[in-house]
Amino acid sequence: MKRVTLALTLALAAGLSAEAADAQTLKTVKDRGMLSCGVSQGLPGFSSPDDKGNWTGIDVDVCRAIAGAIFNDPTKVKYVPLSAKDRFTALQSGEIDVLSRNTTWTISRDTSLGANFTGVTYYDGQGFMVKKSLKVNSALELNSASVCVQTGTTTEQNLADYFKANNMKYEVIAFATNDETVKAYEAGRCDVFTTDQSGLYANRLKLASPNDHMVLPEIISKEPLGPMVRHGDDQWFDIVKWTLFAMITAEELGVTSKNVDEKAKLENPELKRVLGSDGNFGEQLGLTKDWVVRIVKAVGNYGEVFDRNVGAGSPLAINRGLNNLWNKGGLQYAPPIR
Amino acid sequence: MSTEARKPPAQIALKIRRILGGKAGWNGVAVQFAFAAILGWIGYEIVSNARANLENQHIAAGFGFLRNNAGFDVNQTLIPYTGSDTFLRVFVVGLLNTLVVSVVGIVFATVIGFIVALCRLSPNWLLSRVGELYVEVIRNLPLLFQILFWYLAVLAALPNPRQSISLFGIAFISNRGLVIPSPIGESGLEPFLAMLVLGIVASLALRFHARRALFQEGRLIRIWPYVLGLLFGLPVATMLVFGLPFTFELPQLKGFNFAGGSRIIPEFVALTVALSTYTAAFIAEIVRAGILSVHKGQMEAGSSLGLSRGATLRLIVIPQAMRVIVPPLTNQYLNLTKNSSLAVAIGYPDLVSVFAGTSLSQTGQAIEIIAMTMGIYLLISLLTSAVMSVYGWRVSRSLGA
Repeated sequence: MKRVTLALTLALAAGLSAEAADAQTLKTVKDRGMLSCGVSQGLPGFSSPDDKGNWTGIDVDVCRAIAGAIFNDPTKVKYVPLSAKDRFTALQSGEIDVLSRNTTWTISRDTSLGANFTGVTYYDGQGFMVKKSLKVNSALELNSASVCVQTGTTTEQNLADYFKANNMKYEVIAFATNDETVKAYEAGRCDVFTTDQSGLYANRLKLASPNDHMVLPEIISKEPLGPMVRHGDDQWFDIVKWTLFAMITAEELGVTSKNVDEKAKLENPELKRVLGSDGNFGEQLGLTKDWVVRIVKAVGNYGEVFDRNVGAGSPLAINRGLNNLWNKGGLQYAPPIR
Repeated sequence: MSTEARKPPAQIALKIRRILGGKAGWNGVAVQFAFAAILGWIGYEIVSNARANLENQHIAAGFGFLRNNAGFDVNQTLIPYTGSDTFLRVFVVGLLNTLVVSVVGIVFATVIGFIVALCRLSPNWLLSRVGELYVEVIRNLPLLFQILFWYLAVLAALPNPRQSISLFGIAFISNRGLVIPSPIGESGLEPFLAMLVLGIVASLALRFHARRALFQEGRLIRIWPYVLGLLFGLPVATMLVFGLPFTFELPQLKGFNFAGGSRIIPEFVALTVALSTYTAAFIAEIVRAGILSVHKGQMEAGSSLGLSRGATLRLIVIPQAMRVIVPPLTNQYLNLTKNSSLAVAIGYPDLVSVFAGTSLSQTGQAIEIIAMTMGIYLLISLLTSAVMSVYGWRVSRSLGA
């Protein structure tokens, strides 16, 4: 019921406040003194509150980086936890300034929701998790299985496609939130839990005995996850887009949160441009000249963010894989800052 | 000199003035029209503003999406449905799932509610305390918790399909639900059904005839042997002539799950149990209030005529109590139907879950989908109210009130 009411209020709000969608997001954020950022309701590694109530994760760090670039203070973020099916309405209605919530970039979402994806923070793909005791080694052995899935995700449609394409039957049980889905899987309601593979590793940590469960090798879809902003404010679109590019560029140039001050003093022309002592790219974005320095000080470069949240330095220990830099065999690539 | 009767004043204008203006007269009528105009204008502004904003933001609008392919599956469908069907069909599938859980819930809630109410009113100390305990515990706990409790309790208590509990080898209970043999129509099905319908119609006609005879001529006719013959004898006879009407397909464990047979999913069971026990607690209090509203003398009169307690309740007290019971009972039926939207918490594919949930986020068309969902809930509720009003009217009429 709560969700229905929320969606309705938002729908009405969309009707009544004509300026909500218009430009000036940067000004609104500055006036408010806070960035309002839509995140998940708890997905370890991407966005989840720790035991002290501080939000952490790769998606959270995108919000912190934007706040760092604007306010020089990454803590000036208000996190709005959203379920998969409420997220777009919250963005459309102006309740949040940016949606950074493990959201897959698809053409229909990019074109029909009145919002744009600004880039890819994490290249993911959908996978399956099963109990080891089932003795299943491949997703192709899952004929007639029961599958738990979260509603309102691309996952649900990929699942239907995959089982249809492979001529297999299945039963789908769809829950509203991630936690409910995991709970039902753990209670034995279904044989298989499916979501993006990073999410499988993250959710496995929540289970009572993670080692009794395994992630199957098949990846059945492309799931590029990225932040979204509303249509109609190109300046804000650029800020969010280039915040991510700045993090990737910093990693490419070897600029980290520890050495950023020293690097800024070097006489390297590219470093001078990126770190703001040459040119005024930050000001063209509506930020300050030292915007990249601020971002890197706030969260570190892309590699640091990845390692801290989902990579080697985190309990998830996911390989860089596709998320490595383009010159190291991955897909992460930023256009030049010049 | 002829006197002509004075012309009566224009009745219609007076009526309008009285209905709309009340004591304020024509001024009141003007105020009413102005108020209605303002409301209409606000409504128009909201709609046109929303339309313009959606267009500006390039958010898809309109109902065209209903013809698009849904692309996801649903695990309980009363009509054939696959992922390649349209969103419109998803809407119907969800609606039917909501209706089936509501109707089954209403039936069980009414039965349990009446039983609990009679327990509470019973002179037996233990029974009345049990009834009281039931009402006080159930109605004071939030419904969502009760639904989750039943769901997790049902799941925790049941084994996985490979260790499922077998009922005589034809039905199986596991945490995938209850699997029962499903009937498959054979050549004898059509004559069998035709005879069954004929039997029911003939029995009803007999009952009508018997009641007429009783009320108008005072003759008591015994009809039950004929009814029994019509309802059971006739179909069995056709079965002997035309062969079996249907055979059963037995469920069999294949791989992870049962293949064949029909299945009742645990989500449905948990939701029905939670909704009906919860609503029953309120219905019990309504029924108790209704019975207590009938004067004590009626009960005493029944006893003094030599009727048993049960017969007095059934024939004298409850018919009079129904007049008081029906309006609040309608409220409870409406509550149960609307509460069924909590299904989304346990993954039961009701209208809110598959249409206002999944379809909404697949298409992003919140306004259209929420409006359709609200509209259909309103329609269901109004229909329920209408049916109950007719029933209440008939009860009152039969009591001569």
